[in-house]
Amino acid sequence: MSELIITRHGRVLQLTLNRPAARNALNNALLEQIAGALEAAAVDNGVSTCVIYGGERCFAAGADLNEMAEKDLPATLNDVRPQLWARINAFNKPLIAAVNGFALGAGCELALLCDVVIAGDNARFGLPEITLGIMPGAGGTQRLIRCVGKSLASRMILTGESITGRQAQRAGLVSDVFPAALTLEYALKQAALMARHSPLALQAAKQALRQSQEVALQAGLAQERQLFTLLAATEDRREGIDAFLQKRTPDFKGR
Amino acid sequence: MEFILCQVENGVMTLTLNRPERLNSFNDVMHQQLADCLKQAERDETIRCLLITGAGRGFCAGQDLNDRNVDPNGPAPDLGMSVETFYNPLVRRLAALPKPVICAVNGVAAGAGATLALGCDMVIAARSATFVMAFSRLGLVPDCGGTWFLPRVAGRARAMGLALLGEKLSAEQAQAWGMIWQVVEDERLSATAQQLAQHFASQPTFGLGLIKQAINAAETNTLDAQLDLERDYQRLAGRSDDYREGVSAFLGKRAPNFTGK
Repeated sequence: MSELIITRHGRVLQLTLNRPAARNALNNALLEQIAGALEAAAVDNGVSTCVIYGGERCFAAGADLNEMAEKDLPATLNDVRPQLWARINAFNKPLIAAVNGFALGAGCELALLCDVVIAGDNARFGLPEITLGIMPGAGGTQRLIRCVGKSLASRMILTGESITGRQAQRAGLVSDVFPAALTLEYALKQAALMARHSPLALQAAKQALRQSQEVALQAGLAQERQLFTLLAATEDRREGIDAFLQKRTPDFKGR
Repeated sequence: MEFILCQVENGVMTLTLNRPERLNSFNDVMHQQLADCLKQAERDETIRCLLITGAGRGFCAGQDLNDRNVDPNGPAPDLGMSVETFYNPLVRRLAALPKPVICAVNGVAAGAGATLALGCDMVIAARSATFVMAFSRLGLVPDCGGTWFLPRVAGRARAMGLALLGEKLSAEQAQAWGMIWQVVEDERLSATAQQLAQHFASQPTFGLGLIKQAINAAETNTLDAQLDLERDYQRLAGRSDDYREGVSAFLGKRAPNFTGK
């Protein structure tokens, strides 16, 4: 059985982490497969959105410690891991994390990298790297503070203690919490809802959302307007507005 | 020493608090033994109902104060430690257990013993049983979920009176106030509680668990959130074996045979 199961539901791609014996620990091989699958999906016109899921009991409980332990300073300096993360982050379509159980360390960082996080009521989010004498190394210190604020982010990263799905929802890390047995279904539903919209509009909106984390407000507003203007040149925009005015379902072509 | 007697029979786990000479008051070892039993109740799918009662003349007198004899010249004890280590996990686990928890209050329930009993899903008390929120008399706060459960089972005014005065409440009064399910004659308590437990052990346990979770969640949810939760739980319940069995038994005019799944 493959460590990454790839399934298609219409325009929604589902990636299921499948290393149950290692609680879906994200080793380089698995990250490589995720990056590869997303890169293929990025150029596949049949795919609009992607859901990453880890199963009913565990999302991903961290990185592979054996792999990490072998690396001394020079080896860590030249680690391919940052590039793998960058490839995953470069995915240009909506990415949803459906999180049941543990999303710890790299697992939490993977969820933070996604655009939307949907959690089961058994979910736990945490960055316990500090307890190992290290620290988050794949965006944990940067992305967490941007969604939950300084105090909670600092507490989680400096104590290593995890929070529940409900706490994560209140703090803004998670959009919805559902019974664990329904997390995937509802995540796929949200993904399908997004997938009904114009693929180009989805990509442009995602890009604008991403940029909001990179630049100051005025520059962000200017870039938003540029992307908005770009969409004015698409057939899908006409189709979307026409369908609305004619009270029918739009038929988007991705052009 | 067995401070908790644990018996599993026909899908019912009966836990008897067993320090009768100390009115079954809690000490650390007793907490640990209780926690071990609960672990089994959580993991064993064949256990479909939990029944908690006390040995001897009392149900439970709460924390054993012999363990709390404070040296007047020493540093203040950290009572929060024992709450966090023992009482809070206990209350959380009983509330989260996806199967009915019955409490048969056979005698005095005082302090954490009283609040523990009131937090169970179904409370049956012997006519001679009493509930005493003894905390205030020692300068303490009702723990073991007391301040949360009391206003919910008794209403705010009665909760305040009970908690601030710390006076004894009879089982009959508790029933009259809607705080407990039933009062029975002392000699009937054990049989009545067992009968109810046996009934639950033959019922659609998965569905009962969802009902319990839903009612617990309702205490803090808005109507909106609760309606969403009902949709989700009904979706889960509709996929259970017992739902199919229930419908087919109803249509076939026969007695259902529920497996709890």
